[in-house]
Amino acid sequence: MRTKKQSFLLILYFILLMLPIYWLINMSLKTNIEINGSLTLFPDNFTFANYIKIFTDASWYTGYLNSIKYVVINTLISLSVALPAAYAFSRYKFLGDKHLFFWLLTNRMSPPAVFLLPFFQLYQTVGLFDTHVGVALAHCLFNVPLSVWILEGFMSGIPKEIDETAFIDGYSFPKFFISIFIPLIRAGIGVTAFFCFMFSWVELLLARTLTTVNAKPISAIMTRTVSASGMDWGLLAAAGVLTIIPGIIVIWFVRNHMAKGFALGRV
Amino acid sequence: MDKWEDNKAWFLVVPVFLIVAFSAIIPLMTVVNYSIQDILAPGKGVFVGVEWFREILSDSRLHGALIRQIIYTFSILAIEIPLGIMIALLMPARGFSSSISLVIVAIPLLIPWNVVGTIFQIFGRGDIGLGGAFLHKIGIDYNYASDSVDAWLTVLTMDVWHWTPLVVLLCFAGLRAIPDAYYQAAKIDGASKWAVFRFIQLPKLKGVLIIAVLLRFMDSFMIYTEPFVLSGGGPGNATTFLSQYLAQLAIGQFDLGPAAAFSLIYFLIILLFCFIFYTFMQNAEKENG
Amino acid sequence: MSMEWMAWTPVTACFFIFIILMLIGMTVWHQISPTFESKGFLPMKTTRGDRLFIGLLGSAYIYLIWIIITEASLWFVMPIALLYIFIVMKFG
Repeated sequence: MRTKKQSFLLILYFILLMLPIYWLINMSLKTNIEINGSLTLFPDNFTFANYIKIFTDASWYTGYLNSIKYVVINTLISLSVALPAAYAFSRYKFLGDKHLFFWLLTNRMSPPAVFLLPFFQLYQTVGLFDTHVGVALAHCLFNVPLSVWILEGFMSGIPKEIDETAFIDGYSFPKFFISIFIPLIRAGIGVTAFFCFMFSWVELLLARTLTTVNAKPISAIMTRTVSASGMDWGLLAAAGVLTIIPGIIVIWFVRNHMAKGFALGRV
Repeated sequence: MDKWEDNKAWFLVVPVFLIVAFSAIIPLMTVVNYSIQDILAPGKGVFVGVEWFREILSDSRLHGALIRQIIYTFSILAIEIPLGIMIALLMPARGFSSSISLVIVAIPLLIPWNVVGTIFQIFGRGDIGLGGAFLHKIGIDYNYASDSVDAWLTVLTMDVWHWTPLVVLLCFAGLRAIPDAYYQAAKIDGASKWAVFRFIQLPKLKGVLIIAVLLRFMDSFMIYTEPFVLSGGGPGNATTFLSQYLAQLAIGQFDLGPAAAFSLIYFLIILLFCFIFYTFMQNAEKENG
Repeated sequence: MSMEWMAWTPVTACFFIFIILMLIGMTVWHQISPTFESKGFLPMKTTRGDRLFIGLLGSAYIYLIWIIITEASLWFVMPIALLYIFIVMKFG
């Protein structure tokens, strides 16, 4: 079935896809003198100085720690509230279920900029401004709907007879949910956690608006460096490479479910 | 699958409702309040009726941003959807090479959006970027920081690079769901490659394509980070799309009233398209059983 | 905890109270006589709630178009919007 031409085209596409990333990695391993001096396909003076700077300079690595903190909090909140809700949507018909499901979708699809205006005051009023919990809660705006949709997709693939049998066998709902149902959809939970992690990790606008010092995320720190004069390209590239790594680490494990996750559980 | 009918299921949904409502409904109500007042100081507003809506709807910069947004969204759809289908058809269907291909394709999707901006910011520069330097070498005077067409094309390229993989992943999943028997039947009938695509593969892709279009449409309609990092919406306002302009109004100039009116109009547009796509999705799901 | 920044006005307060009352009303109506999906002139099957949503969303657009094309008071467009909602609810 497969011809040489097909493979060739595919490999060409992969090369084009990887080229910009390769360039970023290449830059991160160069000194600034080499970057500004000449265009080299491989670093002449191979150096880890940019990475070492990020790991030793508090103004850089706290950015990563802040991001990781609120992303983890967000993933935990999203999963714990979305699991029961997704179960309700996949198993029950109830008043307003479709409208509620649609309302969740609109929140995933709305630009954060639309809600941005009062966010500052809202989070200041409840005392969550510039805290990790605050950013995590703000990211729930799109991550909770996303989790509900993805988990609902996975749960709908599990026959309802399993629930019925368990209830006949005398399981209470919480016991059934934790000891039988959750193990059945653990792939779905993994994928959902992955996507919550990703989307919270990549969000910039809300995170930047809701933080000043204590919870400032790495993405905001990177843009600050960009706007400063006399840019440190090597350092910026290294910071970029480090933000890609969390995704790369887990990608292999979720590869077969990725499409389902991206498609809100609808594939 | 018939669902159980029980309104007690609401109890399972309440936490989700509360947590999303906190960040969605309270701000939305506030935006509605702002949109009809001139906020002079916190707690001091003057009722102005629909004045802000009138001002925003006749704002030429908003028209510009909206037109750019629409052209941009349709351009990326026109490129990414066919390209994504083509690449999905090229992907090996099974085995180790299939897994490797999947992983490679997915990598751009996992890069934080601001880093995508950074990558192209570096890659496209004439002095230190491979792409920019290459274009200079073959005699194209390319500079995304000063030429608006170049900036526009860079943002477009960035989006195609970043998001075509999403279409590929979805189509690939759709193609894998087609039973082998279909292909064998086509082979016996001596169907051409085009016929196989047109009558077997494309109809099966309908469901995933609706989702791909939905996601790409909506996400490109709220694009903010990438052009912001690349050139701050410039040069001039060549890459200032709706979100960018709204953020400028809201946190740049603190024009609360107009920004609120703008937010509401923006939200209404999103709501309409969301509803159309949702209806399509439900119909497609019903057809598939 | 001061909520002054939300800048409530009587007009918007009435607007949201009205929306909440409408949701309650739809719930009560549903309890009295349940609604089922049916096909009208709209291209898909809709329940009463769906039609109300379409009606409200559409009337929001009617208002926006009115603001674009004329300076006249919004009271004039109200009958048009109400008529539209009525038609969608009744025949949609």
